[in-house]
Amino acid sequence: MTVQTIREDSARAIAGGVAPRRWGSWYIAEHRIRAMKGYAGDAIFQSFGNPLIYLFALGVGLASLVPQGVGGVTYLQFVAPALMATAAMTVAANETSYPVLMGFKWNPIFFGMNASPITGAQIVNGMMIQIALRAVVTVAIYFGVIVLFGGVPSATGWLAIGAATLTGMAIGVVISSYTSTITEDRGQMAMLQRFGITPLFLFSGTFFPLEQLPIYLQPIGWISPLWHGTELGRVATYGLEEPIWLTVTHVGYLTTLFLVGLWATRKHFTRRLNK
Amino acid sequence: MPQPVITASQLTKTYGDFTAVDAIDFEVAPGESFGLLGPTGAGKSTTMRMVGAVSTRTSGDLSILGLDPNAHGPDIRSQLGVVPQQDNLDQELRVRDNLLVYGRYFGLPRSVVAERADALLEFAQLADRRKSKVDDLSGGMKRRLTIARALINEPRILLLDEPTTGLDPQARHILWDRLFRLKEQGTTLVLTTHYMDEAEQLCDRLVVVDKGRIMAEGSPASLIREYSSKEVLEVRFGSDKNAEIAESIRDIGERHEVLPDRILIYTGNGEAELEQITQRGLQPITSLVRRSSLEDVFLRLTGRSLIE
Repeated sequence: MTVQTIREDSARAIAGGVAPRRWGSWYIAEHRIRAMKGYAGDAIFQSFGNPLIYLFALGVGLASLVPQGVGGVTYLQFVAPALMATAAMTVAANETSYPVLMGFKWNPIFFGMNASPITGAQIVNGMMIQIALRAVVTVAIYFGVIVLFGGVPSATGWLAIGAATLTGMAIGVVISSYTSTITEDRGQMAMLQRFGITPLFLFSGTFFPLEQLPIYLQPIGWISPLWHGTELGRVATYGLEEPIWLTVTHVGYLTTLFLVGLWATRKHFTRRLNK
Repeated sequence: MPQPVITASQLTKTYGDFTAVDAIDFEVAPGESFGLLGPTGAGKSTTMRMVGAVSTRTSGDLSILGLDPNAHGPDIRSQLGVVPQQDNLDQELRVRDNLLVYGRYFGLPRSVVAERADALLEFAQLADRRKSKVDDLSGGMKRRLTIARALINEPRILLLDEPTTGLDPQARHILWDRLFRLKEQGTTLVLTTHYMDEAEQLCDRLVVVDKGRIMAEGSPASLIREYSSKEVLEVRFGSDKNAEIAESIRDIGERHEVLPDRILIYTGNGEAELEQITQRGLQPITSLVRRSSLEDVFLRLTGRSLIE
């Protein structure tokens, strides 16, 4: 072995830290994408299968009860952006619930990652990159299927892919900021699904306009990222008429939620890894 | 002597009121194989996490490769290999893929990682399991894979936290053999263990830790010389009689330890002491003369057994 002075060791360490400091988040994303091979079949089936099922049930079945459509568009056109946002939410919620718990507890890979030059914040970033990628692919497939069903009259419709993905990520980071603090599994995931995701899905102007709800239930929609994301999608796919300040509010609300959730998740990861 | 690669002085870690590591001092020289020996809960793993630059110290000084982990965590970690107590291989990935993704964390090009992964799978005797699921590996294989993973960045220092806990004797010997080769190649090893035979096999020098403090320091042989006798005579008279008989043979040997199930008599010549006991008309149920070990050192220093 060559004899190195401590000064050489220090210099080598600092040089060794350069690439991971800069690219660490992408290394984690690469890892997570590779791990998707294990459940690629399920993911693809979900991506293609869910839109078909929902579009047949809602766009063809339920739509026949609403022949006059909603707000000047067919029921399918009304419900399509909501389904896209919901799909992104489902992907993000799946990836930020059990996988986060697992990475700290049952298969503590986060500690393994952190033993290398990778930081807690980079682990979070990398996971989010992979989740965003999965969400965007899922939503794009959804969008394609909806176009085939005639659900997108506007030329700016593709912007709904971005709106849906942003919605999913905003919800995902809020979930991960919570799941990263869970140390004992006492069924919190099921509670999250039952009292978080499902009500969001039902009361966010998904299947009917929010204004149909009594006024005292409408605030659920106003705080629901899914409502903001869905409305934003509707602006893109069929030019839903709403004041411009409201459209800006949708974007601002989702972006703020995403940034705050990301910040909190990174903080919780960093704290938990530094035992 | 070359400058140490690890220097800890008054290193302390507290969790609320509990002091896990209590102002310890130690140094590790390059190429040295250094051990922390102590029972579960002695603060070994906490020390290892601080040295691994993932756990922030509460007070004291710590320098790894001349850098302070508070400011240079990722830089220091780029030069470390870490084998944690609890395996944290990614079970969603296959054996070889675990090495590939891990190598990338250090910013190594894919081609370099692929080459090293194949060489390390050979080294870890896992070449034929490269496509296996991690879950299908035995405990010993998982440990070897974890060691292979820890070597992917050709680390200056390899940290091993209880490397052979939970393994059967054969798996332990295979692992020791691999670690011995690394030591021969000049890798600095820092390991924790509560197995005295492991410490004797692998460590050039070690510290005995208990309740967050260092009780003694030295090579295994020098610690045994200093804190124990050449031989130990173990006699059993039955748990109801041990204490009483211990009293009557107090003058035999240099020192006694009376345990619930046996009496340990520290002496230069075990056979001679055993003869004295039988001459007094006392017949132990079993008797054994053995060489002193680190277990005896630990017992002497703390009054407790290593494995309880």
